[in-house]
Amino acid sequence: MDLRELYQEVILDHGKNPRNFRFPEPSNREGQGYNPLCGDRITLRLQLDGDVITDVGFQGSGCAISQAAASTMTEAIKGRTVADAELLFGQFHTLVTDDGGPEPNMDTLGKLAAFAGVGEFPMRVKCATLAWHTLHQALEGDDASAPVKTE
Amino acid sequence: MTPALRQAAAAAGAEPAAPPAFDVERVRRDFPALDQTVHGKPLVYLDSAATALKPQAVIDAVTGVYSRDCANIHRAVHLLSQRATAGYERAREAVRRFVNAGSADEIIFTRGTTEGINLVAQSWGRANLREGDEVLITGLEHHSNIVPWQLVCGQTGAHLVVAPITDDGEVRLEDVKARLTDRTKIVAVAQVSNALGTVLPLRPIIDAAHDAGALVLVDGAQGAPHVGVDVQALGCDFYALSGHKLYGPTGAGALFGKRALLEEMPPYQGGGDMILSVTFEETLYAEVPHKFEAGTPNIAGVIGMGAAIEYLEALGVQAAEAHEAALLAYGTEVLEAIPGVRIVGKARDKVAVLSFVMDAAHPHDIGTIVDAEGVAIRTGHHCAQPVMERYCIAATARASLGLYNTREDIDALGRALTRVQEMFG
Repeated sequence: MDLRELYQEVILDHGKNPRNFRFPEPSNREGQGYNPLCGDRITLRLQLDGDVITDVGFQGSGCAISQAAASTMTEAIKGRTVADAELLFGQFHTLVTDDGGPEPNMDTLGKLAAFAGVGEFPMRVKCATLAWHTLHQALEGDDASAPVKTE
Repeated sequence: MTPALRQAAAAAGAEPAAPPAFDVERVRRDFPALDQTVHGKPLVYLDSAATALKPQAVIDAVTGVYSRDCANIHRAVHLLSQRATAGYERAREAVRRFVNAGSADEIIFTRGTTEGINLVAQSWGRANLREGDEVLITGLEHHSNIVPWQLVCGQTGAHLVVAPITDDGEVRLEDVKARLTDRTKIVAVAQVSNALGTVLPLRPIIDAAHDAGALVLVDGAQGAPHVGVDVQALGCDFYALSGHKLYGPTGAGALFGKRALLEEMPPYQGGGDMILSVTFEETLYAEVPHKFEAGTPNIAGVIGMGAAIEYLEALGVQAAEAHEAALLAYGTEVLEAIPGVRIVGKARDKVAVLSFVMDAAHPHDIGTIVDAEGVAIRTGHHCAQPVMERYCIAATARASLGLYNTREDIDALGRALTRVQEMFG
């Protein structure tokens, strides 16, 4: 088992220095994510103009994987349409869980491809997907009162 | 380091001092699970507070039930049932000896500590708690000694009152006393904190509670394996323990209750084996302890728990305690010498647990990295979220000790934590 497969430079970097670690002003969508197993928490806010995510940021605390996943996600979806973001989520999910979906396109995933090693660590998959589930909730929902949970 | 730890450390340094001699290498050979590699490294098991490994004697006892004495208990006249029943009741006597209860009738078999506490909360609690009454717990409790009381408080209108913990992770007697009122009906308190290893000052807490007219339940899940118990000397009214933390199988535990209380209490669950006679009009319950043992129990698990106790008795519980105390002292030194490591919980009286955080890495990342080095520790809130909140942290990494651990295990943990520093520092 090679830990460097899990803790790639991109992940260590974003874990230590998360990007978009602030709330956008203004913002019109919010999602809350909580992983009760390890205590990871994130609050995600975004500004949706029509169909486009014009700004996005998050606050929270947790392990390097969960923070890096949130950080790289905000970079990946900023300026993209909701449909693009959901498509990315699908590819990312397949990448880390091998859920039987179509082979993820590494070019589309870009930096997110660094999470490919997570699949070898089943206990850490929830850490990687927490931010994405939270995004899904924020995009779906008018009701952000119930936090999404990954456990 | 506390005087007790210093003494134990000195004793370990000047081996073979402690009588009877504790031969950890011989003990390790009794635990087959230790003889394996994980991720290509020899297993270093530092998660006994979650569940302890099982000695061959326990595995043999469980196998013996299923391969020879496989029958239901207390029911049939055939020989296999007699043997199963004898083994089951022999385990009850083993538990009685282990906790030093006056009678084996005061020992109820449960699934574990959690079920023991729920039994008391639902049976004694629902019958005796009234609106405005108070249940007193401490800030150190495991969720299993919080939630059952919240449930029964919700059902009865009683209130949950919490005695706080100090920065070092201790419970001060005066903080308990200050919350004892004439409305306090029961005090439910851990013997040892699973998250921090703190040993609580049980005897004075129990005396104070009794002076105030309250009963006392002790959560012995972590205490029974590491400090032992004498329920008569302590004077507690209930004592719950888990077999699997005591080197026995999962899914079997025991509850001690004073006979007079148990006799007054209504059954916890209804079913077979807990009755004297049943008609559709009326059911007469069996005597204690059978009144509280409805249905076919975890026979093999209970018999395995009895074998675990007999194993501990043969080993010498006190010698094992001294061994663990010396290891805890050594582990404390090793962890404190690593820059960026902070131990959470520094009670003067403490056993078997090293809870810590690191500046460089989140506990979850620590857990994954040390696992790759073959070192098994627990990370998270340890089912004690209020303890984590008390220290404003989401989680800790926790190395916990069993009687098979060695200084080499601690050294392996130290090296693995250095790997964490390299990767995240």
